[in-house]
Amino acid sequence: MTRYIIRRILQAIPLLFIISVMIFMLLRSSGDPIAVMGGRRTTRAEDRERLTRLLGLDQPMHIQYITWLIGNDWRLVDVDGDGIPETPGVRKGALRGDFGDSLMKRGVPALDIIVERLPNTIVLMIPAEIIILAVSLAIGIYSALKQYSLVDQLVTAGSFFGYSMPIFFIALASMYIFAVNFRKWGLPYLPTVGMFDPKVGKTASQVALHMVLPIFSMSVISISGYSRYIRSEMLEVISQDYIRTAYAKGLSERMVLVGHALKNAALPFVTLVGIDVPLLLGGAVVTETIFAWPGMGRLFIDHLGRNDTPVVMGILMMISIAVVFSQLLVDIVYAWLDPRIRYT
Amino acid sequence: METTITETPQYGLEALEAPPLSLRQLVWLRFRRHKMALAGAVMLILLILYATVGALFFTEAYGNITDTSIRLQAPSAEHPFGTDVVGRDLLARTIYGGQISLMIGLTAVLIVIIVGVLVGAISGYYGGWIDGVLMRFAEAMFNIPTIPLLLVLSKMLSDKVPTIELLGREFSGSVVVITAVIGLTSWMGLARLVRANFLSLKEQEFVTAARSIGASNFSIIFAHILPNTVAPIIVSATLGVANAIISEAYVSFLGVGVMPPTATWGNMLNGAYKYLETAPWTWIFPGSLIVLTVLSINFVGDGLRDALDPRALVE
Repeated sequence: MTRYIIRRILQAIPLLFIISVMIFMLLRSSGDPIAVMGGRRTTRAEDRERLTRLLGLDQPMHIQYITWLIGNDWRLVDVDGDGIPETPGVRKGALRGDFGDSLMKRGVPALDIIVERLPNTIVLMIPAEIIILAVSLAIGIYSALKQYSLVDQLVTAGSFFGYSMPIFFIALASMYIFAVNFRKWGLPYLPTVGMFDPKVGKTASQVALHMVLPIFSMSVISISGYSRYIRSEMLEVISQDYIRTAYAKGLSERMVLVGHALKNAALPFVTLVGIDVPLLLGGAVVTETIFAWPGMGRLFIDHLGRNDTPVVMGILMMISIAVVFSQLLVDIVYAWLDPRIRYT
Repeated sequence: METTITETPQYGLEALEAPPLSLRQLVWLRFRRHKMALAGAVMLILLILYATVGALFFTEAYGNITDTSIRLQAPSAEHPFGTDVVGRDLLARTIYGGQISLMIGLTAVLIVIIVGVLVGAISGYYGGWIDGVLMRFAEAMFNIPTIPLLLVLSKMLSDKVPTIELLGREFSGSVVVITAVIGLTSWMGLARLVRANFLSLKEQEFVTAARSIGASNFSIIFAHILPNTVAPIIVSATLGVANAIISEAYVSFLGVGVMPPTATWGNMLNGAYKYLETAPWTWIFPGSLIVLTVLSINFVGDGLRDALDPRALVE
């Protein structure tokens, strides 16, 4: 088992390396970061030349990548443009936690900007994930046990609807119903955008209230997909011989379902959680934009628009690391849960 | 999914007594029984008619006329879907936007099929280091979340392609960019599927037989193995159209997708959330059309999956 884990971790490293090279090359060839640095004024030619050198953009791509990855504080760089490297480099490189300085907020390390927003995204994601798992498990099991009942058919139709909805449509529709129209009808209504009401302040109850609609929008799609999955998984398990045996030896329905069926049906569910992490992180870009939620996704959009490559690169890398490691974790948990899998 | 090919079809006893059906008849028979899929197919045809026949009533230029004196007007007899923030007629724009959205969906899937099948087939058939390189690459692309990747790519290429004139109509170059970008970021799933099928199929006797009579690798891949894995490709491509339409909508919604004046259902929604309360018709109509299209495609795809499943019983 330990060997399996070590081997999987070793496999993740080259994967992350390839991902970082791909993202780096993409971002370096997109947009001109210096063009937007001067704000409204056009950057002067001599400033442009100096900034290019200062940011190392005059270097060939592979040198730029190496600088990004492991830094340049171990060698001298040419800053004044006379062709002689004389100033010691200052970058530490991503491997030592230095993703470069933000270009939009001059001089602030990209990592600081990202880390500041990270908790806001996490605070949205964890409850969303818990709700997704709990609700889809409940719906999936119920429709499997009452197969072809009215509820099952309704849930089936509903899940197709939910699954076909782009997240922004769910978001817009739910905002329209629960915020705009509820207020119009004099019902208690939910806030639409932001993280808290500036008049009340950032209290826990305010944040929770503002979280309702984003989480609802995020969960509908996943719940629709997963409840179907749980249903078919559960149906397959119920028809197995060992379930019949469990009934035959006189176990209660509850015991059979929870102790035997669910335990086996829940196994592939672990994989789903792994798939969900990238989905939620990627979807956060859209959700956070609509709900003006000050998280990482909105940060990504804002800084992408201004060609702030260090921050954009940092966010993309962090999401990719999260994705790779969540899959790693899933594989390990899976191997640990399922004795049929040999980890060789 | 990949095991469906290798298993012998288990027909019920009654099937043996019935006259043999051709594959097409069989698939149609099973598809027809899937009520939702049939409804989806009908809905899809109606939507395509909406985007094509509707174009006979309005010119594209009409959909692009801006008149700020009638901006954000509620649906009326003159503008049945209302007008948008610069006074364009939303009905005409949903018609022409539908054409572009559907076209992007279909073309992107074409790219997905070409790239996915090629990568999957080569990977699965040849194996070895080619497989290693291609699959590492696919895995790396899989692990970069799609929406951020789409945004970066669209932004990077958005101004690189000039406006194109085709069939007397002007298409913003961003249409080409978005189509290519969506196609090139969604082939990995199909490639894996095709690879898995190739891995199991290439060990079968008919491949050995083909090789023994001197068939080239090219003909073994495309004439012998590929036809045996068409069913899952069809299903995956059908569902892929829905995904491509949603992806276009995401990117355009966030404002880096297809650029106006060319309308798509996605970019009609760009900025619409600012008028959530004051002008709901600006997002309800294009948004509902996206949902309807994706929903019907998903139903059809689901029906095809059941109909093409060789394990399904013939009743």
